Amino acid sequence: MNASLAIATIVIKELYRRKDFYVLFILTAVLTISLGSINFFNDDRIVRFLKEACLLLIWLASLAIALTTTARQIPMERESRTIFPLLAKPVSRWDLILGKFIGCWLACGLALFVFYLFFAVISGSKEHAWPVVQYFQAAWFHWIFLAVVIAMALLGSVIFAAPSSNSTICFVVVLGILFVARHLNQIAMQEPEPLSSIVYALYYLLPHLEFFDVRDLIIHNAGLIPWGPWLLASVYGGVYSAFFLAACWVAFRRKPLN
Amino acid sequence: MRPILKIENLRVEYRSREAHQPLKVAVHDLDLSVMPGEVFGFLGPNGAGKTSTMNVLLGFVQPTAGGVYLFDADARDPLARQRIGYLPELTYYYKFLSVEELLRFYAKIFRIPKGETEKRIDWVLKVVELEHARTRLIKTYSKGMQQRAGLAQALINNPDLLILDEPTSGLDPIGRMKVREIIRRLKHEGKTVFFSSHELGEVETVCDRVAIMNEGRKTVEGSVTDLVAEHKMDLEHIFLKIIGYTPEAPV
Repeated sequence: MNASLAIATIVIKELYRRKDFYVLFILTAVLTISLGSINFFNDDRIVRFLKEACLLLIWLASLAIALTTTARQIPMERESRTIFPLLAKPVSRWDLILGKFIGCWLACGLALFVFYLFFAVISGSKEHAWPVVQYFQAAWFHWIFLAVVIAMALLGSVIFAAPSSNSTICFVVVLGILFVARHLNQIAMQEPEPLSSIVYALYYLLPHLEFFDVRDLIIHNAGLIPWGPWLLASVYGGVYSAFFLAACWVAFRRKPLN
Repeated sequence: MRPILKIENLRVEYRSREAHQPLKVAVHDLDLSVMPGEVFGFLGPNGAGKTSTMNVLLGFVQPTAGGVYLFDADARDPLARQRIGYLPELTYYYKFLSVEELLRFYAKIFRIPKGETEKRIDWVLKVVELEHARTRLIKTYSKGMQQRAGLAQALINNPDLLILDEPTSGLDPIGRMKVREIIRRLKHEGKTVFFSSHELGEVETVCDRVAIMNEGRKTVEGSVTDLVAEHKMDLEHIFLKIIGYTPEAPV
């Protein structure tokens, strides 16, 4: 665990010393501030629409940061050959994977916190309402969603050599799950056997990332999610993250590095 | 006295990238022991199996057969690497860090207490003569300085065994001399050094024992003085004779 935490600090340090990260960060912040500041004719629908656009932007920016950061972690270590002096120390491959995961997740969490803070301040100052717990629940689910995505991208990074192909594949898979996974059971009902069983299996096996998209809480000022289901969904995300990390370790543990 | 590093019947095979090609055997049944306090030279031409052996030694590649032991522990166990220091052939370090940050990072991995870490960083930077550049980013270093930063990270845990892969490769004469001086200094401190090199003159002056590899097999192993006395020629000529190289007659 000690080695993993040391690796995580290096991941965070690297991310915050890169210029491209700040470009995306500033761009999203500027767009959030601009969109959040607009209020045409005090029309609630327009305000809601703008909030939706801001949150979508935050989701896309965080997804881009998470995928591009994670996808290059292990390939870059191998390509720049920094993996050799690192693994020549008392560091197991599991330590490396866990360290990369923790580093990326914490770095994304920090970025997410700043994004939500920007948004909450802008939106709150306009509406004179501060639904802090709703914001917390939405941001927390967003962070859990990123944990699953980061673990998935780490698995992809030990399978695909090029970070760009891994990022693209993960991006398509995540969007596919977000938009299609919830409808798979209905599709399965309309299909003949054995296709129906296959689609059902997919429906139950795929991580339902749409559970974590609770932007409506903020957009429509909906009530809080009961804490029981909230905890259950968090555990659900944790289990899928652990599954992808374990799969990543299985694929990487005996991979020759030469 | 028990060997610090022991290789038993090591065999390393690689699958060919092209289909239907036979397996490539990089190392054939290698046996080797390095005793505490020795400076051991691991020699051979390119493709002789030196790097493959080192890769198994450090857990980068799984052996096809046989075993490798560091301090009596299986080399595949990460804990076996707690008391070793490794310097790769070329320096590969996080370019966005300064050498001080890099050393702090590795010290954390070795679980060196914070107070002790700062003392060790001061000491290793003094040994490799990088005190003046400790806060500069590694990417701004010259090649010689990067190699010395590599040596610093290999020494941060005060290792009992140092594994150096071509430590003077690509360095200018002063850089080479400095690295040789450091190896000698470590030998005087009782450290064990296992290193591969193409610089046979350097090996002759620094090493107690050598092993010469050729086509994946160990062809010679012994003390440098014994080999030179036995063959009545210097190490470079012994090496050339073993690998079967005959220099052409001058025109």
